[in-house]
Amino acid sequence: MAPILEVKDLSHIYSVGTPFQHAAIEHLNFSVERGEFMGIIGHTGSGKSTLIQHLNGLLKPTEGSVYFDGQDIWKDKAFTHSIRFRVGLVFQYPEYQLFEETVYKDIAFGPKNMKLDSREIDRRVREAAAFVGVPESQLEKSPFDLSGGQKRRVAIAGVIAMEPDVLILDEPTAGLDPEGRESILSNIRDYQKAKNATIIMVSHAMEDVARLTDRLLVMDHGGIRMDGEPREVFRHAWELQQIGLSIPQVTRVFLRLRELGVPVDSSVYTLEQGVQELRRLKGGQGTC
Amino acid sequence: MLKDITLGQYFPGKTVVHRLDPRTKLLMTILYIVALFLAKGWIAYGVVFAFLVMSIALSKIKPKAILRGMKPVVIIVVFTAVLNLFYTSGTHVIVKFWGITITWEGVETALFMVSRILMLISGTFLLTYTTSPIALTDGLESLLGPLKKIHMPVHELSMMMCIALRFIPTLIEETDKIMSAQKARGADFETGSIVQRAKALVPILVPLFISAFRRADELATAMECRCYQGGNGRTKMKSLHYGVRDMVTLLLGAVLVAGMILLRSFGI
Repeated sequence: MAPILEVKDLSHIYSVGTPFQHAAIEHLNFSVERGEFMGIIGHTGSGKSTLIQHLNGLLKPTEGSVYFDGQDIWKDKAFTHSIRFRVGLVFQYPEYQLFEETVYKDIAFGPKNMKLDSREIDRRVREAAAFVGVPESQLEKSPFDLSGGQKRRVAIAGVIAMEPDVLILDEPTAGLDPEGRESILSNIRDYQKAKNATIIMVSHAMEDVARLTDRLLVMDHGGIRMDGEPREVFRHAWELQQIGLSIPQVTRVFLRLRELGVPVDSSVYTLEQGVQELRRLKGGQGTC
Repeated sequence: MLKDITLGQYFPGKTVVHRLDPRTKLLMTILYIVALFLAKGWIAYGVVFAFLVMSIALSKIKPKAILRGMKPVVIIVVFTAVLNLFYTSGTHVIVKFWGITITWEGVETALFMVSRILMLISGTFLLTYTTSPIALTDGLESLLGPLKKIHMPVHELSMMMCIALRFIPTLIEETDKIMSAQKARGADFETGSIVQRAKALVPILVPLFISAFRRADELATAMECRCYQGGNGRTKMKSLHYGVRDMVTLLLGAVLVAGMILLRSFGI
């Protein structure tokens, strides 16, 4: 089976022919498998946002192509349009795109554009709301009366309601408190499990990325710097810091321990792994 | 896409035109417009056009950039041309069909009107392309200074204009973002009847207005936090000075207008 998304030699140049012309991404190549949870990290302006807008056909490549399930997403207009429903994209700060009178209507905007019948729309709206933890009682409220975190949930539900095969999220937890972050991330996980969906998450929160993803793509100046499992990527901690990215706190602790001469494995990137590693060091006895 | 709209955009540069005092450029634009409206015959238009070409060449702005900026007014230009073509009465008839007559005079008027509009627009574009919004409002504030005597809130007006200009790119960017986000949910802005397309704008306009109000509110708070109190007793970091090049330019402008009046009095 073809990978769900395949990017071949993708480049995008902004403002061609003006003094502001610049290449945002250059000659990217990678593919995403079904059911994968991929993280994209990179400093501001490294081309992450440009890249993800190519994956659902919002931006047309200056060069190269994007394949969905083996087919070029730009092969014809109708297909490009239908891709938007199969590759759901949640932008940064999605709460600023809410516009309907009620939460229900806003979540229904996507499914309505898919020309589904009203019963199917109703099912999808309620299911999507449940996924992101928006209670039934809020469905008839105005989205503008909700708190920031609640608005974010409604906006994410608006994309989930289209039941996309691939869900792309650009910094879904930016500006939320730890509790809100935690619950949104677990909502995304739930969606992935329930629908066997592919998730691509852009984030600056290294702890979240390390904990959740199966695979990490590191971007730097419009190119792919690293591509691999989090453990492999975080092993290059020094290189990551060189391009202006941070590494999980626990990795930093273990790196320092190693520098101090303690024989630990410094590719630890979650707290659980850290605890395990320390236990191993103590000979499997006691608690840390 | 929307980012390519160049209306009111500033192209940074270091040419003579860029370095002119903004007041000079504002006055020159006014003189240029006056000259353009005084022009009557082809020779007069030719002189004004030569002046425009010279200014564009000096500013090193690519003609392509100016042409691109004219895209939004194409409809108005075509409309004007058609109206003048059909509704100018004259004696030298070229063609006559279905009760419509096209006269030689009509063609001439249409051409005059079109070149007048295009030259008017490119001239004013040159002003905004070569002058940063801050310099522009500074210049305007200084030019309108005398009106303070009659209690016109000149500083406040120019501050409002400055903020408005400053937020054009921000709002364009914001519109772009919101459009992309709604497109990602399958919104379609390109097909359907006019009513459908107008309805399709709601998902863009509502979030855009909300964010514009939010921005305005935040900006007001930020200004108050820095003790902004309006123009009284406020000094400028960059005060404006007229130089030799400004005198030369203004003299040129005066000559241009005088020349136009002269040509007009001879009827050419």
